[in-house]
Amino acid sequence: MLIRVNGKEEQIDQPLSLKELVLRKGLQLDRIVIEHNGVILPRSSWGSVRLTEKDTLEIVSFVGGG
Amino acid sequence: MTFYNTLQESEACLRNFDAHEISRGSVIRAVESESCSPERLLTLLSPKASDDLELMARKAHEITLRQFGRVIQLYTPLYLSNFCDNQCSYCGFNARNRVPRKTLTLEEIEREAAYIASTGLKHILILTGGSRPHAPLSYIKSAVRVLKKYFSSISAEIYALSEGEYAELAAEGVDGLTIYQETYHEAVYDRVHKAGPKKDFQFRLEAPERAARGAFRNVNIGALLGLSDWRRESFFLGMHAGYLQDRFPNVEISASVPRIRPHEGDFSGFEQVSDRDLVQMILALRLFLPRLGITLSTRESPWLRENLVPLGVTRMSAGSTTEVGGHTIACHDAEDASQFKIADERNVEEIKAMLVARGYQPVLKDWMQL
Amino acid sequence: MEDLFRVGGREFQSRLLLGTGKFANYAVMKKAIEESGSDIVTVALRRVDPGSQADNILDFIPPQCTLMTNTSGARDADEAIRIARLAKAGGAGNWIKIEVVQDNKYLLPENLETLKAVEVLVKEGFVVLPYMSPDLSMARRMEDAGAAAVMPLGAPIGSNRGIKTRELVEIMVREIKVPVIVDAGIGSPSQACECMEIGCAAVLVNTAVAISENPVQMASAFRDAVMAGRRAYLSGIPEKGGLSGAASSPLTGFLSDEK
Repeated sequence: MLIRVNGKEEQIDQPLSLKELVLRKGLQLDRIVIEHNGVILPRSSWGSVRLTEKDTLEIVSFVGGG
Repeated sequence: MTFYNTLQESEACLRNFDAHEISRGSVIRAVESESCSPERLLTLLSPKASDDLELMARKAHEITLRQFGRVIQLYTPLYLSNFCDNQCSYCGFNARNRVPRKTLTLEEIEREAAYIASTGLKHILILTGGSRPHAPLSYIKSAVRVLKKYFSSISAEIYALSEGEYAELAAEGVDGLTIYQETYHEAVYDRVHKAGPKKDFQFRLEAPERAARGAFRNVNIGALLGLSDWRRESFFLGMHAGYLQDRFPNVEISASVPRIRPHEGDFSGFEQVSDRDLVQMILALRLFLPRLGITLSTRESPWLRENLVPLGVTRMSAGSTTEVGGHTIACHDAEDASQFKIADERNVEEIKAMLVARGYQPVLKDWMQL
Repeated sequence: MEDLFRVGGREFQSRLLLGTGKFANYAVMKKAIEESGSDIVTVALRRVDPGSQADNILDFIPPQCTLMTNTSGARDADEAIRIARLAKAGGAGNWIKIEVVQDNKYLLPENLETLKAVEVLVKEGFVVLPYMSPDLSMARRMEDAGAAAVMPLGAPIGSNRGIKTRELVEIMVREIKVPVIVDAGIGSPSQACECMEIGCAAVLVNTAVAISENPVQMASAFRDAVMAGRRAYLSGIPEKGGLSGAASSPLTGFLSDEK
């Protein structure tokens, strides 16, 4: 299954929830915000969202900035 | 939010302002500063500042030259009608005055227009009394259609209209509105406007902003000096002009500084405003609002008008009559039908010559509508 | 009388806003924020780069500070709006600095897209502070659209050139009712002080502090400079010149030979 994460295509070989994907990437859940197909998802829902073909994800976190 | 709200805020500023606290230093700072704070205007109008009129005059002269150059725009009033439903105790057209009343026919307007145009003037100010039935908007619009043939700029000084009506007038080709609040003192306003539609203080107060929204290019406001304390009136006039400039940057805002003149009716109980006071007022307005147009009518004497030119005036009337049909129709011994007595009776040529002699360029046609 | 900085319905002591970009590390940044006395601190949002994710910057910002997320990276209104919503979802509150840049050479803001973002985000309940080129009519539109402040640039971002737009900013200070905050280009405390002297409500500084040899000390220098400039402004700075020279012929002489 092909999905898009932060503008890059990624191949996923097994069914995953959003939460599982994020954990597999080694990201800390409380540091990030996720937009799933243009919709910002609350952290509490990440476990129940199943990724499907052509899903687009934006995963962002806070950094220094003026 | 309208200027009515701002007026109330300004009244609070005035109450909190202690003119006795003003030092010469604060006057000098106020002259040199560019702040738009109410306190600065109050300082410039304070009795203490009247000791420094020459300092104020130099700065005002410099600002006026920088903003406007050595140019004075000339216009003349054209009275269309003197019927009036109001009873304003300072005005010759007061409904209770027994004077001959007249509304010009379109033919008579054309005669007046042709005469005025022959003097070279291209800017005209049409006036009516405060009677809608005798000079309805439709009549004024017909008059404008006649006048457009002769003049490149037509301003109107008429009873207060709604925003939609102002837009209609602007669409007809009127580019400017002149409307005086007469006095910003609500209680005095109520007292001197004994009866008639003009009695509605707030409707009149908000007329300039309705006109500005109604697409006029110029809005000229004013207070009739002598109805109440001139410092107070000048302060609110300046605040009103500043309010309009802030909100309508595309509209040219001007102010008139008329002092009460002898007229038909009960001329009494008014406050004296000296030449010195008038000078301080003009200077304070110029310093406070560098871009403000300042209009000076033939109410003032030739001598005073000449001396006021360098201090901040940008527009003067010339060859004026305050009678309906005064240029070509009225018989000139019927003096009692005028709105007020004029003091500068020089004709357009004489005014032009005076300005040229003082190094100023008289402008008869500032722009034209395409 | 206490001179509080009122913006976005809140009151603050400090008129220095500090950006958190370009610091060598978060520990230095934290000390610099503390020394600056700033009450409002900006952060940004970036796509995460798996593997390189270090500490959470939010943990290093003193809790009493109001966070303001900068939409830097946005190239149009839609992107800025998206970033604002993400920031809110990420727990950074609803204070947003809108920065929309399409010009990568000078990093100058795109005023029209910025205005569009202001209009949308104000309606969504954000406290919106647009970073903009100092254009009066645009500032009026931003104000009408509900911007909590306007933030004209002093000079291009990171240029440290000072308030090169001074005359335009002065006009804004005079005409705009919401606070005018100079953002970008302020390279030294004297320049921040100058902004305050001409009546700006606050300044936002980042690069000048972050890349100095001693960011913590520089932060305190900016704090003092902003306070000094503000006090001078409130005291009424005397104009230069003005009093010298007397006209040869008085303009009001006619009043003494009044008839």
